[in-house]
Amino acid sequence: MSKIAVTATINGDEQEFLCEPGESLLDALRMRLNLTGSKEGCGSGDCGACTVMMDGRMVCSCLVLAPEAEGKRIETIEGVAEGSVLHPIQRKFLEMGGLQCGFCTPGFIVAAKALLERDPDPSETEIRYWLAGNLCRCTGYDKIIRAVQEAAAEMRQERVVS
Amino acid sequence: MIAFHSPQTLEDASALLAAEPSARPLSGGTDLLVQMRSGRVEPAAIVDLKQIPSMRGIRAHDGGFAIGAATPCTALLDDAALCAAWPGVVEAANLIGSVQVRNRATMAGNLCNASPAADSVPALIAADARALVVGPAGEREVPIADIPAAPGKTNLAQGEFVAEIRLPAKSASGGDAYLRSIPRTEMDIAVVGAGVSLVLDSSGTCTAARVALGAVAPTALLVEEAGAALVGTGLDDAALDRMADAVRAACNPINDKRGTVEYRTAMAAILAKRATRIAQSRAGANS
Repeated sequence: MSKIAVTATINGDEQEFLCEPGESLLDALRMRLNLTGSKEGCGSGDCGACTVMMDGRMVCSCLVLAPEAEGKRIETIEGVAEGSVLHPIQRKFLEMGGLQCGFCTPGFIVAAKALLERDPDPSETEIRYWLAGNLCRCTGYDKIIRAVQEAAAEMRQERVVS
Repeated sequence: MIAFHSPQTLEDASALLAAEPSARPLSGGTDLLVQMRSGRVEPAAIVDLKQIPSMRGIRAHDGGFAIGAATPCTALLDDAALCAAWPGVVEAANLIGSVQVRNRATMAGNLCNASPAADSVPALIAADARALVVGPAGEREVPIADIPAAPGKTNLAQGEFVAEIRLPAKSASGGDAYLRSIPRTEMDIAVVGAGVSLVLDSSGTCTAARVALGAVAPTALLVEEAGAALVGTGLDDAALDRMADAVRAACNPINDKRGTVEYRTAMAAILAKRATRIAQSRAGANS
């Protein structure tokens, strides 16, 4: 059987690619479209390093077949910054040490952005539950949570009293 | 090489599944893709059910609800009427995995994956939900508890798949709840799960009760004796103790690293009691 042609809107641009029927969306993004920001940690939906947005909902791209992306709107970590201007969440991760090895970071950034877009002022507990599907083996999570809180505060244009 | 199909009708989906013995239906894919990757299943064809209009979304049906089998768990949270009527079912479905997983995973997939620990299944059994099964011979409505046959195996025939989950009309003075035990707070598989659905009369006497358990037997169980122990009582402690005795008697769990036989059996009774109290308060709030 020949490859399947898929057309999807990826980070705002309509793109067409050919894929194998059983190929994951993650592999298509990385190997066919050269969008290597999304990472494969586990390949089974446990770690969240491959998190992308599909039609406005975050999913593990390792658990989506590439042909399922037909007609979908996909947003990846590559679409988070505007040119060279980092998103506040990205900047706070850098400033506050929300990453060490960085492998989990794209997934955390995409997931945190999804949270703050639906709830600009989540509690620490809400942040921790929302990010439960993203694993980090370096930071111990606290710095990630603080970075998300700081980014949320900045995005609300508030000043957090430290 | 795998074939990927996106049928537009239930009939086409059934024909595609019937034509290839190894074909697998795909809705959320959160179990199927993991199994394909590990080599546990090697389907020659994947039949994506999500392009069939009736497979997606929630609609009123017979006073209750019909939930398209490809409706993801998080979409249940967006339906205020469903959340008000069957909060235990919606909560159970939204204990599965992470937000990423629940944005894809479905209750029908949870059911047909046939894990004894599936979180949504005891809640659906307690709610007396049914599955609309579509296949080459047409449609049939099946009680949820009759779909799983054994761990990883269903009673569905070749070409059959679940098209809808049907929840009955909720009694005005009814309530449901589901609780599970896991060693973590999120992202874990139930060591024990208990779903309870109750109806109370105006004096608070229980007039109907269904108690269902997960992860304590090869399939999720409806424990009829446990429900019967509650009916006709005011849900006093003695009635709940009798219910708990029936729960423990029904448990036949495995011993594994996640829980011993003794732990699972004891916890099943405790969770069934706690879920009963939550269902009672929900029923009371509605009466």
